Amino acid sequence: MAVIETSDRAGAGPSGRADPEPAPEYRLRTRASVWTRMKRERWTYAFIVPGVLFFAVFAYIPLLGNVVAFQDFSPYWGIFNSEWVGFDNFVAMMSDPQFMRALRNTLTISFLQIAFAFPAPILLAILLNSLISDRIKRMVQSIVYLPHFISWVIVISIWQQVLGGAGPVADLFSQIGVDGVNIMSNPDTFKILVTSQVIWKDIGWGTIIFFAAISGIPSELYEAAAADGAGPMRRIWHVTLPGMVPVITLLLILTIGSVLTVGFEQLLLQQPAVGSAAAEVLDTFVYYRGIQGGDWGLATAAGLFKGVIGTILVVAANKFAKRLGTGGLF
Amino acid sequence: MAATVSTPRTTASGQELRPSPRRPVWMGRPSAGIQAGKALLIAVIVVIMLYPFLYVIAMSFASREAAAAGGFFPNEFSLEAYRSVLGGNVVTRALLVSIGITLVGTALSMLFTTTLAYGLMRTREVPGAKFVLVAVLCTMLFGAGIIPNYLLIRSLGLLDTYWALILPGLISAFNMVVVRNFFMGLPNELLESARIDGASDWRIFTGIILPLSKAVLAVVGLFYAVGYWNAFFNALIYLNDTSKWPIQVVLNQYVVQGSALTSVQAPDIPPPPPATVQMAIIVLATIPILIVYPFLQRYFTKGVLTGAIKG
Repeated sequence: MAVIETSDRAGAGPSGRADPEPAPEYRLRTRASVWTRMKRERWTYAFIVPGVLFFAVFAYIPLLGNVVAFQDFSPYWGIFNSEWVGFDNFVAMMSDPQFMRALRNTLTISFLQIAFAFPAPILLAILLNSLISDRIKRMVQSIVYLPHFISWVIVISIWQQVLGGAGPVADLFSQIGVDGVNIMSNPDTFKILVTSQVIWKDIGWGTIIFFAAISGIPSELYEAAAADGAGPMRRIWHVTLPGMVPVITLLLILTIGSVLTVGFEQLLLQQPAVGSAAAEVLDTFVYYRGIQGGDWGLATAAGLFKGVIGTILVVAANKFAKRLGTGGLF
Repeated sequence: MAATVSTPRTTASGQELRPSPRRPVWMGRPSAGIQAGKALLIAVIVVIMLYPFLYVIAMSFASREAAAAGGFFPNEFSLEAYRSVLGGNVVTRALLVSIGITLVGTALSMLFTTTLAYGLMRTREVPGAKFVLVAVLCTMLFGAGIIPNYLLIRSLGLLDTYWALILPGLISAFNMVVVRNFFMGLPNELLESARIDGASDWRIFTGIILPLSKAVLAVVGLFYAVGYWNAFFNALIYLNDTSKWPIQVVLNQYVVQGSALTSVQAPDIPPPPPATVQMAIIVLATIPILIVYPFLQRYFTKGVLTGAIKG
């Protein structure tokens, strides 16, 4: 794409020279040099073109596919022949009780994650940082990073074996006289379960970036605080935490941008066990309605709604962060 | 701190220990209560992280009686479950599919990620490179959504092909940025002098840049490999043909959703208990990650942090 764009500009060079009012000289020179530079770098484009093709086909063309949200789409007719229906799909979506339930579930789970899963790695990073022994620190780190690399399918399988109706935890409960405990399929506590799973899987991985932030804090600050009589807790509060604020803000922006995205695979996998009333979120709604149910237009509308709101939130949160003076993401 | 004078600590055998970071002078020694509390907290965290893995591994090796008795750890061991799982062809085939996808996918991803990163290194000299870089970074902020992606794969004719598991994630913008940042940290004089000597781009790329980037290539390779090995959703929606399923979809089918595993069994031998069979499948799906993990984890921090820096 870029190649075409720049060669267009280069092609405009001669016609620019034919203008009745000659452009300032420096403009002419840059225009000419773009063409020369492109010729000189022609082999570099061989490295770029496959990547450009990939992102054009698999990232940008699907964006256009969102027009299905404004169609009464049928796979038989295809995008080009399906009937246009304007905003009908969005109207139908808004009056769909299942969609509203999915939206509510999504927001509840997101809220729980921002409240509990987001601060968890910050606390763990502070705890591990307070260890003096490097060896223990590294050992604990390699243990807590591990679940990040395990797929959601494996994580859910493992949890089901341990916390499910036949696992050791249910055993333990029945030994103290409470039978039939199955934490994995209880719709009432499901959202807490989902949040704990996220914490278990990614708490360790999340600490990496906070460690970097902590190690960037000059040790003189700690020394000065200690000289002023600040104890360990006060040093964390007045030195460590403020030192982490830029990174925390940055990650919070990203988290806010994805409030409408909660672990898709995680919920899809567990929905059969707990039922859709507790586990239906926007992504699973789109999957079941669209790919399973064939209601393409409505499902795409829901997906587009999610994507657009997400992008607006990131951009807005970024602006807000810049205004606060902590420096945004972009 | 480096100036602290001290005799190096030695072990009983007289071997010198690596100098461990000392408590800075200004930091007081925490009280015994606080130290014990911290130790306990860390022990609890370690147990919560590790116990599920250990339990599943132990149960997968449990004998019939031990599995029936339950408890926190079985005490009699048998390979029955593994014999049954690997004897039937469903799991074995799924494992082979996953291995194949992981190897081919990772190789292609690495090729296209590193070449793109090289091509986008000199945004100042190469017209259009800056534009491409920004366009690639933008894909980290928004995606098209499930249905448009599905329709794309469908109209490309990739449904029910293994390419549907490889092509959509061929290059990850995040990994590309990690690699590009690493490349840009290499000494520029080296590349300039090679260029002056008339080396071609391909020569510079394969002869100088790649050999110097082993650390980052290891991390990014791991990220891709884990991604392909863990591929679940794409396989679920793009592959209707169950004989093409990779291990994660099979795992979902037989462990999470609890379908009965049809395995070839001699009629006179009763099949091992379903729980141990399920655990054995979990272990088989996890093992490749457990094997590569220790070798690569020292590079993680570097990889994550270079990726976190703005392009």
